[in-house]
Amino acid sequence: MKALELKALSKNFGGLRAIRDISLEIEEGERRAIIGPNGAGKTTLFHLISGFLFPSSGRLSLFGGEMTHLQAHQRAALGMARTFQVTNLFQKLTLFENILLGVQAIKGTRFCFYRRVTSFRDVVYETERLLKEWNLWGKKDALLKNLSYGEQRQIEVIMALATKPRLLLLDEPTAGLSPAETILVTSIIKGLPHEITTLLIEHDMDVAFNIAERITVLHFGSILAEGSPEQIKGNAKVTEIYLG
Amino acid sequence: MKVEEILKRSFLLPFLFAVLIVFFPFIFSNYYVGLVIQIFIMAIFAMSLDILVGHTGLPSMGHAAYYGVAGYAAGFLFLAGVKNFWLAIVLGMGLGGLAAAFFGLLALRARGPYFMLITLALSQVLWGIAFKWRSLTRGDDGLPGIGRPEIGLGMNLKPDLYFYYFTFALFLIAFAALFILLNSPFGYTLRGIRESESRMEALGYPVWLYKYTGFIFAGIFAGISGVLWVYYSGFVNPSYFGIDLSVKALLMLILGGSGSLFGPFIGAGIVVLLENLVSGLTERWSLVLGIVYVTVIMLFSEGIFSVFKRGRN
Amino acid sequence: MAFWIIQTLNGLSFSMMLFLVAAGFTLIFGLMKIINIAHGSFYLLSAYIGLTVLRATDNFLLATIVSSVAVILVGIAMQSLFLRRFYMKELQQVLLTFGFVLIIADLCLWIWGGNPMALPKPSLLRGSIWIGNVVFPSYRLFVILVGVVIAVGLWIFQEKTKFGAIVRAGVDDEEMLRGSGINIQMVFVGVFGLGALLAGIGGMIGGPFVGVFPGVDVSMLLLALVVVIIGGVGSLKGAFVGSLFVGLVDNFGKALFPELSLFTLFAPMAIILAIRPTGIFGKIEE
Repeated sequence: MKALELKALSKNFGGLRAIRDISLEIEEGERRAIIGPNGAGKTTLFHLISGFLFPSSGRLSLFGGEMTHLQAHQRAALGMARTFQVTNLFQKLTLFENILLGVQAIKGTRFCFYRRVTSFRDVVYETERLLKEWNLWGKKDALLKNLSYGEQRQIEVIMALATKPRLLLLDEPTAGLSPAETILVTSIIKGLPHEITTLLIEHDMDVAFNIAERITVLHFGSILAEGSPEQIKGNAKVTEIYLG
Repeated sequence: MKVEEILKRSFLLPFLFAVLIVFFPFIFSNYYVGLVIQIFIMAIFAMSLDILVGHTGLPSMGHAAYYGVAGYAAGFLFLAGVKNFWLAIVLGMGLGGLAAAFFGLLALRARGPYFMLITLALSQVLWGIAFKWRSLTRGDDGLPGIGRPEIGLGMNLKPDLYFYYFTFALFLIAFAALFILLNSPFGYTLRGIRESESRMEALGYPVWLYKYTGFIFAGIFAGISGVLWVYYSGFVNPSYFGIDLSVKALLMLILGGSGSLFGPFIGAGIVVLLENLVSGLTERWSLVLGIVYVTVIMLFSEGIFSVFKRGRN
Repeated sequence: MAFWIIQTLNGLSFSMMLFLVAAGFTLIFGLMKIINIAHGSFYLLSAYIGLTVLRATDNFLLATIVSSVAVILVGIAMQSLFLRRFYMKELQQVLLTFGFVLIIADLCLWIWGGNPMALPKPSLLRGSIWIGNVVFPSYRLFVILVGVVIAVGLWIFQEKTKFGAIVRAGVDDEEMLRGSGINIQMVFVGVFGLGALLAGIGGMIGGPFVGVFPGVDVSMLLLALVVVIIGGVGSLKGAFVGSLFVGLVDNFGKALFPELSLFTLFAPMAIILAIRPTGIFGKIEE
């Protein structure tokens, strides 16, 4: 089954055609990277897939189900999770509260207003487990804004994972990270279970080639090329758009 | 720091507070007892607003709307001969929630300053209606002659002293209810929305629904304070819908610290004491209050106590 | 028949006065996102000062000039000394402007007392004119004329002048304005002063028939709010259309069912909010 299907997707902003007629298919369990120079439309595409933007024309489907008119939170409820290029976490809440909100998102108890959160043992336990698994238990009471940039990028990924997604969208997960941190985050992503279909935008070509099984190259809102890392590396047109 | 931590962790501080409140009327005169009653009622009002402002990040400007609707309802009931408190409070809470349900539908279509504009306009229109519809509300003259309600159990609320303890009890109940609400999964979600709506949407939370429900809760709790004030003061008039009240509540949040549970209470205390102090000193108390507003914002725009508080209870 | 003509003209004159107040409010909110609760206070202050000058000199033009200058100065002071520090901090701005409402209102109460007063009309306009078989006060016609003239003037200013273009751009996309290198503080101060001036002229114009009294500041604010919500934020066209609507509805409401006149305003406002939250001519925010 296709995890994600885009059919003739277009997005216009006034006169600007940001995404032109893109058709794309991602298999379940696949690891796909989307690369392309600045302004190619990568993040716009992510917004279209995750529901933060609606297409001007075309259709999207998720795991076989029509998704085009679903709102962002509805798509998330169907098993999609995403990270943001600019760290988008709850700065004035503690790390524990941050992860808890992620864990709680998929639980039916998230709307309960007459019992304290601490009385929901499953949510609390799962939050603890995640924090310990990622070696962040010691910082659970720290305000998120006091954590380092690298830690926050890492938590972006953990937050997305907390909702147990089937499709994970990673928007430039290594943006602004040091080489050591980049290696760490790359190994986290590579270590993800293969049940999770992973789609990532990357600016760092090495990271993209390292993680992805298939690469899609975007240029001026259209797909320039698609193939395995070797095929893309050897593709003259691709090299040209990066050097030209 | 250490002493503060110890006080926070144990029940010492709340216990001392309760003791102080219980014995207060035996130490201070009736005038001050009345002030504390006012503080309790205003604290409930401010806490209800803080659900929106402090916890959800919604700068609601016309909060007096729900207070006024409940207040007038209680007033009408009493003058029609219905003196049962419990009936009135349920009606007040219901109407406050209903008004919020209606206004929320309209206001939540907007964000930020435009949201503020709409909430302000809606509550101001209610003020105008109360002002002009003389045959119903007696306009600016208002409806006087509202006495203390009956709470059953053979208890009499006419003396301020008994009303004081009653209001304290209700304050505790409202406080406890808000404590649970704000520490529930729903409350945590509101704060997540405050921090980042897009992040919450991406996680799968139906953000609008949470904001709307929070709006209704805020209206319900505001209704409690409206009903209480009618019974305390003995009258209801269009000022119940006034901008001054809505803005005063915001001032309480800024002074006491918003996003915490005690903050609104402290803010209410400061504002009520300040107003009464100033109006006792000069006829130009409105002028002084205006100067206080401007000064407080210019000097303490981040909130006096936010330096010491952590923004969570 | 005569009733309808008179009421319509009454409504129109009220609309034009309201337009002056609402236009200023919508410009200030549209450009700077400031909800100027003190906007009605400009009306109040201007009318009272104008009254004093009128009593001394019986010169309406002079009174208008003096009160306008006073109100512009107050407005500029408000923006440049106080509000500018809280750019994009709407809550603080609201509390600040509210503080000014209290200060101005109480000062006016102290100086001029609490009795409602009406400004005397300019001596040239104290008569009436025949329109068909209806007699109508010439002053009210004058108000309509002034409103239309100022509306046209504002339109020219907005569409044809450089400053107007800057303001239009700023209302549309503020970030772009910030990045363009224009001295944005001067623009803000200028617009705030302009808004105050318009409200002040509204106070002078409205003084003879609406009067001036403690509380008129809040009434004017309420009407301006309704106008802006119905007509659309940041739009002069919206302020004009909205004022026409609100002025006529309010006037007919007062004439036909005085007690429920606010309802007749409330319903359209709620409907507009439900159907098109940004108002008839407002901009849609992403």
